[in-house]
Amino acid sequence: MASIDGALLDFKRLDRLATGDTAIHRLDPRAKVLATLVFVVTVVSFGKYEVTPLVPFLIFPVAMVALGNLPVAYVIKKIALLCPFALVVGIFNPIFDREVLVQIGSLGITGGWLSFASIVMRSILTVGAAIVLVGVTGFPGVCLALERIGMPRVFAVQLLFLYRYIFVLTDEGSRMERARKLRSLGKKMEPGIFGSLVGHLLLRTWQRAERIHMAMLARGFTGEFHTRRDTRFGGRELLFLLGWSTLFIILRFLNLSQLVGSLVTGISP
Amino acid sequence: MSHHIVEVRNLRHVYPDGTVALRDVSFRITHGESVAIIGANGAGKSTLLLHLNGFLTPTAGEIRIGDYPLTKATLPEIRRTVGMVFQDPDDQLFMPTVYDDVAFGPLNLGLSGTDVEQRVKDALEKVGAGHLQEKPPYNLSGGEKKRVAIATVLSMSPDILVMDEPTDGLDPHARRQLMALLREFSHTRIFTSHDLDMVLELCSRVIILHEGEVRGDGPPLEIFRNDELLARCRLEKPLSMQGCPVCGGKVS
Amino acid sequence: MHMADALLSPAVGGAMWAASAGTIAYCARKVRTDLADSRVPLMGVLGAFIFAAQMINFSIPATGSSGHLGGGLLLSVLLGPYAAFLTIASVLVIQALFFADGGLLALGCNIFNLGFFPAFIAYPFVYRQLVGAHQTRARMTMAAIAAAVTGLQLGAFGVVLETVASGQSSLPFSTFVVMMQPIHLAIGVVEGFVTAAVVSFVYRARPELVPSSPGACSAGSRPVRGVLLAFLAMAVLTGGMVSWFASKDPDGLEWAIGKVTGKGELPGPTQGIHGTLAEVQRKTSFLPDYSFRKSGETGKEGAQPAGQGKDKGESRVGTSVSGVLGACITLAVALLVGFLLKKRHQSA
Repeated sequence: MASIDGALLDFKRLDRLATGDTAIHRLDPRAKVLATLVFVVTVVSFGKYEVTPLVPFLIFPVAMVALGNLPVAYVIKKIALLCPFALVVGIFNPIFDREVLVQIGSLGITGGWLSFASIVMRSILTVGAAIVLVGVTGFPGVCLALERIGMPRVFAVQLLFLYRYIFVLTDEGSRMERARKLRSLGKKMEPGIFGSLVGHLLLRTWQRAERIHMAMLARGFTGEFHTRRDTRFGGRELLFLLGWSTLFIILRFLNLSQLVGSLVTGISP
Repeated sequence: MSHHIVEVRNLRHVYPDGTVALRDVSFRITHGESVAIIGANGAGKSTLLLHLNGFLTPTAGEIRIGDYPLTKATLPEIRRTVGMVFQDPDDQLFMPTVYDDVAFGPLNLGLSGTDVEQRVKDALEKVGAGHLQEKPPYNLSGGEKKRVAIATVLSMSPDILVMDEPTDGLDPHARRQLMALLREFSHTRIFTSHDLDMVLELCSRVIILHEGEVRGDGPPLEIFRNDELLARCRLEKPLSMQGCPVCGGKVS
Repeated sequence: MHMADALLSPAVGGAMWAASAGTIAYCARKVRTDLADSRVPLMGVLGAFIFAAQMINFSIPATGSSGHLGGGLLLSVLLGPYAAFLTIASVLVIQALFFADGGLLALGCNIFNLGFFPAFIAYPFVYRQLVGAHQTRARMTMAAIAAAVTGLQLGAFGVVLETVASGQSSLPFSTFVVMMQPIHLAIGVVEGFVTAAVVSFVYRARPELVPSSPGACSAGSRPVRGVLLAFLAMAVLTGGMVSWFASKDPDGLEWAIGKVTGKGELPGPTQGIHGTLAEVQRKTSFLPDYSFRKSGETGKEGAQPAGQGKDKGESRVGTSVSGVLGACITLAVALLVGFLLKKRHQSA
């Protein structure tokens, strides 16, 4: 099934980015997770009709892509998919909010379009930040960071197990789906067949979980999970976190776009 | 070193649904032996292996590992003594990186940081996988996974190695590498396998299971020359003992 | 439906984060103390299973469209509410990080909408009640459909409330409800049917995997009620705290700061950095006589009423233009910085 395999390849590609070895990759994951959270919260704290003040925030994902040596085209492609739900909901804004807020020459821009543009901009920034975070930190890194910030151990272990077996089980699922397709002569999957196909997959998953548990017991598992924690939150991390956070807060209250625009047009805000 | 001994006496196992998997199995494996347990599908091999590490409890009979009978109280010690390598390495490698996986056992044993590091290094070196340390397990090849799975067990320094189908699913080169590796071990080794050529090369003793009973127990050559026994147990000679149909060579 | 960062306000996003984080912490404690060790790998692998199952599509009869399994209810039936909640939450974390489904702030909303409702409302109060003590296939199917519909209706309503409370969307509440609920009624029926198909398949093959006794998770029992109360308290507390600092109007944060500092607005055009820059800009502006300057000046001296984006906008024609222009320039600068950083990185 092309779509499953495609999604998996895409997933693996993003996952592999985290194996890079740049200064950004080497930072303690906590610094990157926290900076990203500050970033996202600052971005969404802007008013509904604000578009231009959001633009300078692009510097964060852009800088991370550059410093983390991530493939630019790939990241742009991922961001371009955006979040369909946000766009679907956002596209109603121009319909319901038709008051003209901005007049550029003879072109009147309604509040609806303005807020829609703002939603698109927010999507680009927040989606970009999430992708970049995974690209420079890796999923286990993000888990480790969250755990050390206070996420319960049980949940961290849950995330790691899930992550480990995604590849194994999606492979299994796509093999079953392929086998069904080959014998169904172009017929679509009916819910009943789906039920037994997925039921089979579920049973096999359950058996696998039993085997994994045996493998854990065989190596002395007693319910306590030990993982390596050799990261260190040092000066570089503090600088990274404080530096970016300060910038975000400055950009929050100082419309840089407006200022630069004023400098060139001579219009004060 | 009596703790390398595995003794199974009149073992019987009946699954909850009534299937009799093992009728009456007895054998004694002593220090340093390399033993293959072979048999057709459904002969009871896997059920037997699961008993050696206490995952299944005998319906009747007894298992002794070294000086201890296998009971709830001795289970932790026995699980350290008996290293079990599963058939599907994906079941055995569940941590984010190879290092974490190999360190899982030693950390559970309560070892300290430097000890753990040393053990991980030694175990990975022994299987020739030192360079894979930081890789996530799902990015490894089949042969690499198998070797790392063995390392996860070696890092607990077991006395007895139990392996379910060690050469299953490997390409010829990876199979050769793995066999060379297994030959070097001085542990007591117990394999199950359908790869009878590997058995012939690596094992000093073969136990045939059929319908939950031991039907043959002896040196490989002796067992594999007994055509009548092999046919009864739905087995056949290793390819290397069969006449070659292509070049016409004959082996006894 | 995944909620998205772009539609959220910090107050709503933060409150839902706190609610979900609290529920995760509570469930983690429950799972640790109440469940066997063997559930550790089971929950993880079942999360991966849900992930795999979601990628397999099936066609919905008589519609020509296709659907996929959500899985919240299925997990609740197999694992009970606490483990199910953690498992769904973990799947959503992966989706947020790798597939940009929603985003990081919206994660709180999504975990709540897609995890809490099926695990702590639909499963104990609908599914368990309808299945009763003797599960038959017909009862199971009926119960699963009713529970899935309940869960998805609540989830969809949650999305509506979160969106409307955030104020980024202009969709009126009623219109949004009318859009969301019927779609999710259909999705719920399909989800329930498919869940029942999978559960009854498993039930036939290995009945011991489908617990027939409600056990520790029956409706109205103390644990579930405990979760509900804990969640409510958490949400009210956080929501209240955040909204105390940030009002619900779009420019809430600025308004709050104005309140705190006692000024109507942030430092005005004549003071501080703006004043200095006004000096600089007279020298640097390369478009000083551009026609919109005049309208810019009308807005220049007038004290702006705080917070009201619309009022501001009307009188700020010129500033908007310079804003757009400035945005383009900062965008270019940002990209240039990225380019240079990358270059330096590669040569290093």
